[in-house]
Amino acid sequence: MTDLLYSETEDDLRAAVRSLVAARGDTTALAGRAEAGSPYDPRLWNSLAAEMGAAGLLVPEKLGGQGASHREAAVVLEELGRGVVAAPYLTSSVVATQALLALDTGTEAVAALLAELAEGRRTAVVAVPLSAAPDGPLPDGSGRITGVADAATADVLLVLRADGLYAVEAAQAVVEPQTSFDLTRPLAAVTAGEGGTRLADAAAGTAAVRRGLLAGAGLLASEQLGLAEWCLEETVRHTAERHQFNRPIGSFQALKHRMAQLWLEVVSARAAARAAADALAAGSPEAALSVAVAQAYCSRVAVHAAEECVQLHGGIGMTWEHPAHLYLKRAKADEIALGTPGRHKEAVAALVDLQAP
Amino acid sequence: MTDAAELLDLTRKLLAAHPPATTDRDDFLKARFDAGLAWVHFPEGLGGLGAPRSLQAVVDAELAAAGAPDNDPRRIGIGLGMAAPTILKYGSQEVKERFLRPLWTGEEVWCQLFSEPGAGSDLAALGTRAVRDEGSGDWTVTGQKVWTSSAHVARWAILIARTDPDLPKHRGITYFICDMTDPGVEVRPLRQITGEAEFNEVFLTEVRIPDAHRLGGVGEGWKVAQTTLNNERVAIGGMRLPREGGMIGPIARTWRERPELRTHDLHQRLLTLWVEAEVSRLAGERLRQQLVAGQPGPEGSAMKLAFARLNQEISGLEVELLGEEGLLYDDWTMRRPELVDFTGRDAGYRYLRSKGNSIEGGTTEVLLNIVAERVLGLPSEPRNDKDVAWKDLAR
Repeated sequence: MTDLLYSETEDDLRAAVRSLVAARGDTTALAGRAEAGSPYDPRLWNSLAAEMGAAGLLVPEKLGGQGASHREAAVVLEELGRGVVAAPYLTSSVVATQALLALDTGTEAVAALLAELAEGRRTAVVAVPLSAAPDGPLPDGSGRITGVADAATADVLLVLRADGLYAVEAAQAVVEPQTSFDLTRPLAAVTAGEGGTRLADAAAGTAAVRRGLLAGAGLLASEQLGLAEWCLEETVRHTAERHQFNRPIGSFQALKHRMAQLWLEVVSARAAARAAADALAAGSPEAALSVAVAQAYCSRVAVHAAEECVQLHGGIGMTWEHPAHLYLKRAKADEIALGTPGRHKEAVAALVDLQAP
Repeated sequence: MTDAAELLDLTRKLLAAHPPATTDRDDFLKARFDAGLAWVHFPEGLGGLGAPRSLQAVVDAELAAAGAPDNDPRRIGIGLGMAAPTILKYGSQEVKERFLRPLWTGEEVWCQLFSEPGAGSDLAALGTRAVRDEGSGDWTVTGQKVWTSSAHVARWAILIARTDPDLPKHRGITYFICDMTDPGVEVRPLRQITGEAEFNEVFLTEVRIPDAHRLGGVGEGWKVAQTTLNNERVAIGGMRLPREGGMIGPIARTWRERPELRTHDLHQRLLTLWVEAEVSRLAGERLRQQLVAGQPGPEGSAMKLAFARLNQEISGLEVELLGEEGLLYDDWTMRRPELVDFTGRDAGYRYLRSKGNSIEGGTTEVLLNIVAERVLGLPSEPRNDKDVAWKDLAR
């Protein structure tokens, strides 16, 4: 039976990540860094990835990780979503790490890279657009690939070419930053050329990349849950304080019903995200369906929550000064990331035999 | 504290002493109640053993495997889900001993006399009057109730009535157990949009209620009713379902079996609803896991909201999918069904019946207020009815 609750260990992990984000995740500073060219806070990443060991949650202890699972990584992502933190956790610690774990980890190059990622010493990204879905088309790594998230700060690029999957040092590739809609998860165009270390043949490499994308899509639902939770809580707080017509605006049913509806969506999103994380952790044969259901649902919830947050904040929600815009941009980008809700619904259709006309 | 092994042992002893194959159904149910295996979380002597509620599953599984009869919980849902928790919390020992056993075995069916024509969402405005006889201390009740399921088969009712019209509305209400065989009780079927009458109107004319059948203090009926209503919402939204177990099941089967009905537009809408139904099922499952783990949350009120909307949207889509067949209806004959099955009968019935899902047991609009105010902590609307005597309210 799917376990949809949080364990005590997971609650402790959440508390630790939340206090780190509270201490270091100031959104005004984040927006400032993003405009200056890089939204990341290296000290936050070092605390999260190396000191807390969060980067190695998916990696078995014998390979240098924490030997935890997708359930714990999902909790980390909830908190990073809640703080709209700019960190290569989803791309490096989940997608790239999961892809490497799907390879032969007895291979020296694979094991060495995994250990470095797990310890948070280096980061890696799979050279595919952020929009790539687990069952969608994958780009040919011998060309220029646009829209690669967190590539500008990655140390290693995992590049899928016609003859296999390669690890390419970022320093040996051309990485051109793009102006990203989501200020907190920057994109770049990557041209990896020909070099690098071959980790697997094309078939194994492709399967590994898809496995990485599936885990990424499943755990993205938890990030979206965290985003939505923050948007709802902040909107409730604001509308309970803000007075117009001699009343708190949150006392008007026209507003409170919208927030209650959002709460209902958040409650549902939590169940969907937990189900996906648990199915991935258990290696369940239902993982693909659980992930597709979670993505089809949670993407919309995060966008809806961020849009309601902007609207119910009124004028202040439209400003650069208020962090609502960072959440809206992340939520909208997350909707496209790792497959749109529509693509995931098509995956559901195939998996449960509800075929198109 | 009773553990699973002990319960299993007691269940096997019950089965050995009363083999289901050779025991009368009612006798078996009574024996089960007396063994404390009816609802294990109830106190000893009242059908339970004071065990954790989660252990009921151990008993139920063992009894089901042995082919033992159950108490047909769907037939006696109001008694089990609403009357019983209220009696347990507020009844005297005598009342508990008198009522809980036949309630649980199904020997006596219960109904709920709460809503009135003038008191729906604003239930606390109810006007059915209960007047106390100074001498005997007993009560005489006169008024009209509505939307009463099972009134025509019920032996007893839980009833709220106004005992002091001079107090503000929430404070002048008292909670009673009402005898449905009293000559002052008249039950008339209330035909609804489906053509059948699963509900009734109940007219109360000088109905006699002994003071011993009062639950809670005089004037404390509103507080007592909260126990009933909280359990109602859990009962309506908390059913355990397999995947495609609810309203989505019939339309998914039709979709698979009838490719000629498919269009792209219907496909997109079906997939959206399928995903929402599956997520809602998971949310219900998560709520149950929370209850079992002893972490009850406010999520229960979300379940009923989601259930109502999904049932309506899915059944509406199903009628549309059926096209020409959707123009037909199975039967408009007036009937008084004893059981209600939201997913029973055809798509047209499902569509019409599900319209009630966002009204019965608290309208969607009222439940959204409750979520906003009690879960999210948002301030309430300004009110002008809280400190006014009930008799002075506009109506």
